[in-house]
Amino acid sequence: MNHRAQLQPDKIMISVTNLRKTYGEIVAVDDVSFEAKKGDIVGFIGPNGAGKTTTLRMLSCFIEPDSGSATVGGFDTRTQPVEVRRALGYVSEKCPFYGEMTPRWFLQFVCDVRGINGSRYKPEIERVAAISSLQSVMDRRIETLSKGFQRRLGLAQSLLGDPPILILDEPMSGLDPNQKQEIIELIRFMAADKCFIVSTHVMEELETICNRAILISKGKIVADSTPQDFKEKGQGKIDAFFRRVTNGA
Amino acid sequence: MGTVWAIYKREFRSFFTTSMGYVILVVFLVLAGFLTIKGRFFEMRQADLRVFFDNLPLLFIFFIPAAGMRLWAEERKAGTIEFLFTQPVTVTQAVLGKFSAAWMFLVVAMALTVPLVITVSWLGSPDPFVILTGYLGALLMGGAYLAVSIFCSALTRSQIVSFVLSIGMIGLLAYTDSPAVLTWLNGIVPPFMIEAMANMSFSGHFESMRRGVLEFRDLTFYGILIAGLIAITCLVVDNRRESC
Repeated sequence: MNHRAQLQPDKIMISVTNLRKTYGEIVAVDDVSFEAKKGDIVGFIGPNGAGKTTTLRMLSCFIEPDSGSATVGGFDTRTQPVEVRRALGYVSEKCPFYGEMTPRWFLQFVCDVRGINGSRYKPEIERVAAISSLQSVMDRRIETLSKGFQRRLGLAQSLLGDPPILILDEPMSGLDPNQKQEIIELIRFMAADKCFIVSTHVMEELETICNRAILISKGKIVADSTPQDFKEKGQGKIDAFFRRVTNGA
Repeated sequence: MGTVWAIYKREFRSFFTTSMGYVILVVFLVLAGFLTIKGRFFEMRQADLRVFFDNLPLLFIFFIPAAGMRLWAEERKAGTIEFLFTQPVTVTQAVLGKFSAAWMFLVVAMALTVPLVITVSWLGSPDPFVILTGYLGALLMGGAYLAVSIFCSALTRSQIVSFVLSIGMIGLLAYTDSPAVLTWLNGIVPPFMIEAMANMSFSGHFESMRRGVLEFRDLTFYGILIAGLIAITCLVVDNRRESC
């Protein structure tokens, strides 16, 4: 029995059915369907332009699909976008934030928007700042922070309110090995009672963090299994499996 | 309402965390003061703010787009629109929060012109009701200018394009009742359209308010205009957010 199967008894957190998105002639996401449960750390992998970010953006209700449907935390992304966004924490690939703000002010703003107020918001900000090791830079302007700190701030804001679902688009991009390790440990620490979707290019990250892997190519899901299974199919190397499936080699 | 308030607070505070907000305010106040003093303020020998209010429709054509140009253009250029719309925020809440923050910035600018009122009150006995309706009219006209400006800001990711576009649109809408425009249009468009355009002038509806006449039709004009432009801005933001 694999690791994923051991964590199956929990409820479905994300359900995607025949999701499709086109930009003019280009089909960005084509008939994508999958489910994710509590305890799942789903690695979303694929070549550049495969449709990973577009899928994640549809799940976070930033963009609407042309057809198909998705429920996140039991809420429909088309008809209940505000409820969906409340149920999830989302970190986008570029992590753009308001440069003129300080992390403290920014996190306070996110608390306000998420309805975390009164006596709850201060301890909540302290909690996520501690988890993300942001305490030393809380009163500096975001635009002066290093990429690593900006990534951590992205993660910190996604944890406010302790949402049950976290979607992280390339969370390791631009981080040094120490910072990567911190994020990996953080994800593992929280994994048991949450559902993670983590998009990545790096196969080692997939193997280290995820207990499930979805390979997407040209907008379609071409493999949905575990990193271990991908490794076995690639004769000990996930890279080999990735190249074979995405290049058709 | 809590979400609108959250966005309003962030936007309003942002005006004063960069030098931009202060620069806009100082330039506005210097120009407003200068044009009032140079514009026969003392020669008229009347204790009122007519000259000050006379200059506002023109001054606002530059001041309001400067305050409103960044509202959506910056959000799209920096990519923060993706952050904003992956939070539990609706487009309407975001537009209303931003609009009210910029409108409050205008209130601050107008509040800083109070020394003019004090000066006039010291020199003579102005009619306080006329001054009050003048300020109310200025805030409503400014709100209408701002609604055009936030709409233009939603159309582009460049603050400069947003600024220039706003000046052009507001300039056109502010002076549709001027004799030069109406004479030029005479013969080109039917008379009923000329009359309609004359009635649509932003500054025309301010005219009676700055003279102390508070008319229902002026209030409804600005109310409908602001609400309509905000609704259109919501549609534009909703339809164009994917192209960030």
